[in-house]
Amino acid sequence: MKREIPIIIVGVTGVIMFFQYFIPTGWSEFIFTYAQDWVMVIGILSLPLGIWSLVKANVLKLKDPKERFYSAVLLAGFLAMVLTGLKRESFEAGSVFMKLFNTILIPIQATVFSLLAFFIASAAYRAFRARSVLATVLLVTAFLVMLRFIPLGPISTANLGIVAWILSVPNMAAKRAIMMGIGLGAAATAIKIILGIERTYMGRD
Amino acid sequence: MSFLEKMMLIDRRWIYLSIGLAVIIPVVVSFEVPVSVSPEVRKIYDFVESLNAGDYLFIAVDYDPSSMAELNPMAEAVLNQAFAKNLKVIIVTLAQFGPGMVEDLTTRLASAHNRVRGEDYVFLGYRPYPAITIMLMGINFRVPFPVDHYSVPLDSMPMMRDVRNFSDVKAVIDFTAGNTADFWITYGVGRFDFPLAIGITGVMAADYYQYLQSGQIFGIIPGVKGAAEYEELVGFPGKGKEQMAYQVIAHSVIIAFILISNIAYFATRKQKQQLGGGR
Amino acid sequence: MTTEQAILNGIAVFLTLCIFSFLYRDNPFYKFAERLVAGIATGYWTMLLYHTNFTDKVLTPIFVRGQLHYIIPALLGVLMWTRFSKKYAWLSRYSIAFYIGISSGVTITVTLYTFLFKQLQATIGMPITADYAGFNTFLIVLAVVSALVYFFFSLPHKGAVGTVSRIGIYVIMIGFGAGFGMTVMGRIALLVQRVIFINDYVRGLVAFIGGS
Repeated sequence: MKREIPIIIVGVTGVIMFFQYFIPTGWSEFIFTYAQDWVMVIGILSLPLGIWSLVKANVLKLKDPKERFYSAVLLAGFLAMVLTGLKRESFEAGSVFMKLFNTILIPIQATVFSLLAFFIASAAYRAFRARSVLATVLLVTAFLVMLRFIPLGPISTANLGIVAWILSVPNMAAKRAIMMGIGLGAAATAIKIILGIERTYMGRD
Repeated sequence: MSFLEKMMLIDRRWIYLSIGLAVIIPVVVSFEVPVSVSPEVRKIYDFVESLNAGDYLFIAVDYDPSSMAELNPMAEAVLNQAFAKNLKVIIVTLAQFGPGMVEDLTTRLASAHNRVRGEDYVFLGYRPYPAITIMLMGINFRVPFPVDHYSVPLDSMPMMRDVRNFSDVKAVIDFTAGNTADFWITYGVGRFDFPLAIGITGVMAADYYQYLQSGQIFGIIPGVKGAAEYEELVGFPGKGKEQMAYQVIAHSVIIAFILISNIAYFATRKQKQQLGGGR
Repeated sequence: MTTEQAILNGIAVFLTLCIFSFLYRDNPFYKFAERLVAGIATGYWTMLLYHTNFTDKVLTPIFVRGQLHYIIPALLGVLMWTRFSKKYAWLSRYSIAFYIGISSGVTITVTLYTFLFKQLQATIGMPITADYAGFNTFLIVLAVVSALVYFFFSLPHKGAVGTVSRIGIYVIMIGFGAGFGMTVMGRIALLVQRVIFINDYVRGLVAFIGGS
């Protein structure tokens, strides 16, 4: 029963929600609304699992002399936000809670992702070479798209037209084909889940 | 080892330094870069411009600080246009740090245009699980958001009294860095068929032109260049256009890197072939 | 710039430089900033979830508005916590099953509609006329078909299928090249924003110190 009942639940709810799409009545919308609303509540209550895992892992790391300082920093940051965010009004601009958000989280998160600029420059230099015809096609296309930024008078005007064509014809066609494959795959996976063929979501016994 | 071979194996930290210095140049020597507007950006501007005072516009600020460099300028430009035209703006965020982004945007821009929360704009708040939230909003905004982000019941706000769901707004504009755009297109437009436009990062931009061509979205603001184009149209100075000078220098440097590395690659390959043929 | 802004933005600039120091090599300043942001981010999201999600969608409906039917999904959500127990973890499967079943049922229809039907309609619905637009339409149809053939592995890529598949991979390479070109812009923008931030702070600080 530990595996059979969940499979039955998945099958029944999946079939109901699938057919609900084709039945435009009041009770059909009622089922849809309540089903989704309940799923949202389940989801909201399951999100703290990740938070608890992170906090627990770092509390345990306090015993390790090498990791103690950094785990303490993480837990201190966590506690600072929890203590300053106890009131709902903390989310308004000007509170200590939002000052911590603006002073620490925004600059660090923005800067971590800005490192990618350096990595892409390094990748462009060290790996982006015309080793084959296919690589050359990729390289030339990327080159033309990047050239948009450099004001070169009439060359730029012509390049803008070429890039607009590239984006709206071959690029669009390639991404469309990829997306159609993704869509078929997603639908097939959903059908397999409802039919009970795909059961990885249940984990192991 | 020849000079060209050394060039091909250069320590990556010299490349980092070159890019770092390149983006500092416009700090010292600033210059304007002409911005030409692309059709996909102009469509969004023209649409918003065609709306009348009192019309409702729905804006989703679905990004975190990691993408604010590209998305904040375009969100600001659109919000500036919406507030200037006296549109009623409903804002939501499906990104976990989005409330901080919205708080900053609305605090600055609403006060600049003398717009009052609850009367001229409302911030519904944040919910996880974008697909579910979008589908529930399509039924009624009050199902996922019985109260707004500041705990005010939606029905108590003058501007929300006659608004039920997406059929009561003129369009949805989603600013996002992740796959939330896919959720809006799939679960939003796919289920409820409302006009949708997206503002997305450069990384994602090339992946959404098929939706534009199929009519599932009516416009795209692609990356910081798109933001600069929108600022050009709106006429409010912003961070998008400010970034263009830096983009010119950085792109020039990266193009130079690609050219140098390929020249070195082909030259060393030719040398190796000649050495191999001589034996 | 006020004194408070000078201090707070100064801290922000210091943390920015801590992260940039990683470019030279991993170091204690980078690790400090990395862990600090993890703690701040987790704390922020915890309070956001509590105040705006848990309170508005669970506590208030049940205890203030008397909507007792929310107790059922609330209990299912609490069942998810049994994942931490090896003995009772199987109970969480009921909650997961409910979630997965509903999501899967909804996904099939809208995914096929959005990713397949609308895209097919847009591809084959355009008229192929004897002008520039018609030529582009023909190219789009050819490119989409050839790219789809490239991903179809049930037939060997030989002969006519191989030729069409070869056209497909070239189309895909153009798509990836366009993506790379746009990605460079995106990544550079992230760096430029930090440079502008630091520059604005330094200029503001010089003016602040000069003013005081």
